[in-house]
Amino acid sequence: MEERKIRAVEIAEQALDEAGRHGASAAEVGVDQGEGFSVTVRQGELETIEHNRDKSLGVTVYCGRSTGSASTSDFSSAAVRDTVKAACTIARYTAEDKANGLADQNRLATSFPDLELYHPWELSVEKASDLAFECEASARNADKRIVNSEGATLTTHGGQHIYANSHGFIGVNQTSRHSISCAVIGREGDSGMQRDFWYSISRLAPELDSPVIIGQRAAQRTLRRLGGRQVKTCQVPVLFEAPVASSLLSHFIAAIRGSALYRNASFLQESLGEQVFSSGIRIHEQPHLKRALGSTSFDNEGVATVSREIVEDGVLNGYVLDSYSARRLGLETTANAGGVHNLTLDSGELDFDHLLGALGTGLLVTELLGHGINGVTGDYSRGAAGFWVEKGEISHPVDEITIAGNLKQMFRGIRAVGSDVDLRRAVRTGSILVDQMTVAGE
Amino acid sequence: MSFEIATAKKTLLEPAGLDESSLNQLMGQLVGRGIDYADLYFQYLRHESWSLEDGEVKSGSYNIDQGAGLRVVSGEKTGFAYSDELGLQALSQAAGAARAIARQGGKSSGQPVPWNKGGGVALYQGDNPIQSLSDSEKVSLLERIESAARGEDPRVKEVMASLSAVHEVILVVRSDGLIAADVRPLVRVNVSVIVIEGSRRERGSAGGGGRSTYPIYLGSDQPEELSKEAVRQALVNLEAIDSPAGTLDVVLGPGWPGILLHEAIGHGLEGDFNRKGTSAFSGRIGEMVGSPLCTVVDDGTLPGRRGSLTIDDEGTPSQTTVLIENGILKGYMQDTLNGRLMGVGSTGNGRRESFAHLPLPRMTNTYMLPGKSEPEEILASVDRGIYAANFGGGQVDITSGKFVFSASEAYLIEGGKIGQPVRGATLIGDGPEVLKRVSMVGNDLELDHGVGTCGKEGQSVPVGVGQPTLKVEGMTVGGVQV
Repeated sequence: MEERKIRAVEIAEQALDEAGRHGASAAEVGVDQGEGFSVTVRQGELETIEHNRDKSLGVTVYCGRSTGSASTSDFSSAAVRDTVKAACTIARYTAEDKANGLADQNRLATSFPDLELYHPWELSVEKASDLAFECEASARNADKRIVNSEGATLTTHGGQHIYANSHGFIGVNQTSRHSISCAVIGREGDSGMQRDFWYSISRLAPELDSPVIIGQRAAQRTLRRLGGRQVKTCQVPVLFEAPVASSLLSHFIAAIRGSALYRNASFLQESLGEQVFSSGIRIHEQPHLKRALGSTSFDNEGVATVSREIVEDGVLNGYVLDSYSARRLGLETTANAGGVHNLTLDSGELDFDHLLGALGTGLLVTELLGHGINGVTGDYSRGAAGFWVEKGEISHPVDEITIAGNLKQMFRGIRAVGSDVDLRRAVRTGSILVDQMTVAGE
Repeated sequence: MSFEIATAKKTLLEPAGLDESSLNQLMGQLVGRGIDYADLYFQYLRHESWSLEDGEVKSGSYNIDQGAGLRVVSGEKTGFAYSDELGLQALSQAAGAARAIARQGGKSSGQPVPWNKGGGVALYQGDNPIQSLSDSEKVSLLERIESAARGEDPRVKEVMASLSAVHEVILVVRSDGLIAADVRPLVRVNVSVIVIEGSRRERGSAGGGGRSTYPIYLGSDQPEELSKEAVRQALVNLEAIDSPAGTLDVVLGPGWPGILLHEAIGHGLEGDFNRKGTSAFSGRIGEMVGSPLCTVVDDGTLPGRRGSLTIDDEGTPSQTTVLIENGILKGYMQDTLNGRLMGVGSTGNGRRESFAHLPLPRMTNTYMLPGKSEPEEILASVDRGIYAANFGGGQVDITSGKFVFSASEAYLIEGGKIGQPVRGATLIGDGPEVLKRVSMVGNDLELDHGVGTCGKEGQSVPVGVGQPTLKVEGMTVGGVQV
């Protein structure tokens, strides 16, 4: 790893030098390298072994206030030179924009705490396939109604990201990521097939759930969907199970992202200081959590990341900005070039069972389908599957329905956030209960 | 030697110091006892894009990518490795990793198979589309699109436009001796606008492209047409009311709404899902899955279209595959692996996003053949329903057959006439059932304008869709208005 780091730093420096030589007044580069493999087994047989080894160099140059970008997977000196040259050629034709440029120097990270993100897994392909076999077998043996399988996959990956710019900044992130997943198919009588899955992901192999547990959960999730049917069109409260609830937070982030705001393309335009969520809701970023999937000490422009409050007591406190969009809006970057870092919606007291009680009679959503979100208006209309809940008890599985509303109202209508936080994403939330949506079915 | 093979040698093999004997050597490493099939896939990719906003072209990017994927197949098992370095040593290392799938595999036969040059009838020119306009011409083209959009209506507040072009050269070398190459151009133009009136804000967009160069795709007035269309859609949506929710008759417009076929039918007819028995269509060949009015094909042979391929990524010439004929399920789309395991041949649908991905059975251009009804007659037959003229994205659950897609332009139908526009309408249905409810098929087949990208198992490939005007009786429409 050390040798690879030195080589990557050399390539970054060569690219920055070339940029200066081609007349760029400033430049920034990213060098990414990674490797790993994945093994898939299906119906008790080894199905696929895939070995991955990727690398890429991305360069952005600034000639005055004009910019151009280029990238390559070839690290030879000639290719690095050609890539920089291509970026500089583009910059000759692009218009000046005073918002262009590197991040301000005083915002760049100066300390690089060890966030413990790199834990390579010394694992042979044979051992990996044994774990995958164990996982799939536990799903297939769970119940005789599990009639088919899409298999179980184990993936392990380690990599390095270097970011450098002509302010003299250079930052290195080494990360690992391992996962085990399983998807199986169930059938009962003539009701048709249903499929569901489960997975575990972590920076550290020992923190993965056991293959047997993953398989069992995949089977349980498939079985509980058997016999799904439509419900009558109605307006009811909707509970988003934690694994799908994070999508609501992603829509929120998309709406307060600088690139949407300066284009006048967000339903949360000019909402700073406004009540965007119901009172009591807190949303914050925690970029320095050890071993977490969304942790980093600097963003994609080298800006130091900070813990910060985005929503406090339901009121919007800040946007999600990089340097360019911040300058367009007359604001300061929030260190979000490349995205948010462990964005967290704080949980309330209720666990999942109590949330069902709080839902009363309505819909529990466990799967969302399609892309029916209009970020300009907030209109929300997606396909869904899940369960009908009567007086706090799951009554029967539901599918072939849609749920619709407007995100503005949905955010303000959040009645509870569960303690069942899903830690498998860079956006963290428990299950979310929304007071009312339209469910379309029969 | 064909133009394609000569180009592949020049761009992929020669710069890396590879020749026919190095290909033989690599193939020798891959094949052997217990191996049914192996292939080498070389890819050279150059991608350029330019984008405009605030009236100016402010950014552009150029990407250089190349590499090779090496695959070994033994029964249902696949070993795969790739390298972004094309030197013999790096490829040989990748070959060793891919070969490990068949552990007991003995020595290779050592006998190189004589190469047999494959290839179909070229469906596009091999010119590099990135070079089809100069950089300053690309900039002025975007400016032309921008000013046309602004000139269309004073309510247009933001205009974003982009151009992108791909120049791709591929070479496939297979263990059965086939060697085939393709030189694939792809261009895409997109315009998106935001209109504001009072407190209402809406978006509209339009785009198109195909396997050609910018000048050929654009012709003389295409840029202005795209701008007009984007603005028209945004203005329609300014007037839109909330969509009704419930079960309604739905009329789908011609062209892009064919994404219904892609989602509801197409994915479920891909060979891998059917070999594994995980599709709602598995084991149903010969069954009635649609009304007799429905004939659906996948056709990779349409010249210059976004989803077309002279050869697929396994070297098989693309073809026209009848999926559903007069309502009866006729066949699946296959790549070599799934075709062989199901005892049929490849249908030329083996596609991959890049050298770093394994081929999968994928669609090309999927569309329904025209029927006999006049579009006006179809609308007139609906008393109360929805007319869906344009769609955003869709998605399907292959196993349960449930699919969903969102209308980006839709209207109420009242008393046989198109009424007010509605927003937020999502249609949901069941793949094996929906075509049974098709009660009228128009005579106005249209293909989409070349904007489709299909995702499967994390791999994106360009596709086309199309259909005539269709009437579907009783679909579930999702909206907020009860």
